[in-house]
Amino acid sequence: MPNRSKGAIVGLGVTPMGKIYGRRSVDFAAEAIALALDDAGLEKRDLDGLLINANISGDMDPRSQMILGFENLTLINVMSAYGSTAGSMMQYACMAIEQGLANVVALVYADAPLTANRSAGQSYAGPHRFPLGGMVGLRAAYGNFGANPEYAMAARRHMHLYGTTSEHFGTIAVGQRAWAGMSPWAQMRSPITLEDHHNSRFIADPLRLLDCCLVSNGAVCVIVTSAAKARDLKQPPVHVLGYAQCAPGDNLRTDRHPAVETGAKRSGEIAFRMAGVTVKDVDTCQLYDCYTYTVLVTLEDYGFCKKGEGGPFVADGKLGPGGSLPTNTGGGQLSGYYMWAFTPLSEAVVQARGQGGERQVPKNDVVLVSANGGILNFHSTIILSKHASSS
Amino acid sequence: MSEAVSKPVPIPDALSEPFFAGARDRRLMLQHCTSCGTWSFPLRERCPTCMKPTLEWRAASGRGTLYTFTIFHQAMHPGFAAHVPYNVAQIDLDEGVRMTANVAGVDNADLRIGMRLEAVFESPGDGVFIPKFQPAAG
Repeated sequence: MPNRSKGAIVGLGVTPMGKIYGRRSVDFAAEAIALALDDAGLEKRDLDGLLINANISGDMDPRSQMILGFENLTLINVMSAYGSTAGSMMQYACMAIEQGLANVVALVYADAPLTANRSAGQSYAGPHRFPLGGMVGLRAAYGNFGANPEYAMAARRHMHLYGTTSEHFGTIAVGQRAWAGMSPWAQMRSPITLEDHHNSRFIADPLRLLDCCLVSNGAVCVIVTSAAKARDLKQPPVHVLGYAQCAPGDNLRTDRHPAVETGAKRSGEIAFRMAGVTVKDVDTCQLYDCYTYTVLVTLEDYGFCKKGEGGPFVADGKLGPGGSLPTNTGGGQLSGYYMWAFTPLSEAVVQARGQGGERQVPKNDVVLVSANGGILNFHSTIILSKHASSS
Repeated sequence: MSEAVSKPVPIPDALSEPFFAGARDRRLMLQHCTSCGTWSFPLRERCPTCMKPTLEWRAASGRGTLYTFTIFHQAMHPGFAAHVPYNVAQIDLDEGVRMTANVAGVDNADLRIGMRLEAVFESPGDGVFIPKFQPAAG
């Protein structure tokens, strides 16, 4: 039996995703909150906490609470640990609820970086995001724009040390696309093959187009309350059993290797201990997958396999439909939608409730969610279950 | 022929001026802590190892080892459009600092993790020089 509930997810709202132009982040946020309230059977006045994930566009600031029309919130903040923020938000929401500082907390991610006249890559990491002053200007001078080159360098380091191959990465992409084909929310649903992966153009060698996540306009809202209050609401509660963060630091010292040894290790150890379960109990993984490589290295650091064995571990397709470790069952960020860690979190809620329809995993007692930010500089973990002990 | 757009040129500020002044003189200037003896990068007022305000500028050897690299195929900035694909690399300097830069003077196909490199200085324009790395002589 797992440990007690630290909080319960009772509402989920996911807006249409992708190339939806001309809407502001905050308007997507309002839609996601409304959807999540409907899903939970709650009213706006029931919310007394709002945690906003800072986004790449920088337009979800604390004043959003007024545009969204809230009153008398007793918990409000814009939080950032980049892509790993969802885990931190869940942690703070549960602690605030346990301390009686808030009763019902909405966690929101909303962003709208895509515009009609720019490619996805340019929208997300074009020169407009790279100032030239001081040492920061070196990045642009070297042509080191965005996360693509940085993750490509991390992936190549792993390939060099452990013999990981592009085919290993491709297996992850193919499996997730197969899952996406079963998700009504996914942006990319046409099946792909390993050959398609191999033939997709290089973005930052060794990473190809099909190794890289999408960019999406849209929003996700998750509503959290106490296990006691959750009992009376519309949806089957999804209990938060464990949560933890670990920021392994920067990679600018030669004695540090966050590119191949991520914060998933420490963050996972703490979260699993809190949850009273082990990695062997995990039925499905919803892992942050900004790149195929991120999935592979995260599996290693959680201990699903030994360090360096992530490639052979995924090679048999066990992450895909019908596999022994169904992972990123909504298609993830690669094929589903890119809402930072609200991508894995939202799919985890669907799976833990048993509402995945065609893509529902056969066993859903323990769901692992990972969140990753920066260039593997931030990590958080959430462990969810439909079960929790009563004490 | 349309006029080629230049690559972006960093704008030195007060904190980074010694770094860019060093690059103009073909020296790789980095911060070294006189209290704990560690080198650090990028730039700070206090040493990130011991937190003491005892960082001084010192010329580094400019020598290091290729830690990892990518060949970047996206022309994110028009100044790089004629240069794709180009490399972006992380170099582990002998001083214990990891820098990101470009490796010059070698075909991308010949880059190898672990190869020895040395700093070389180039100007992207405006009289500003930046360090790059090339295969070490000898």
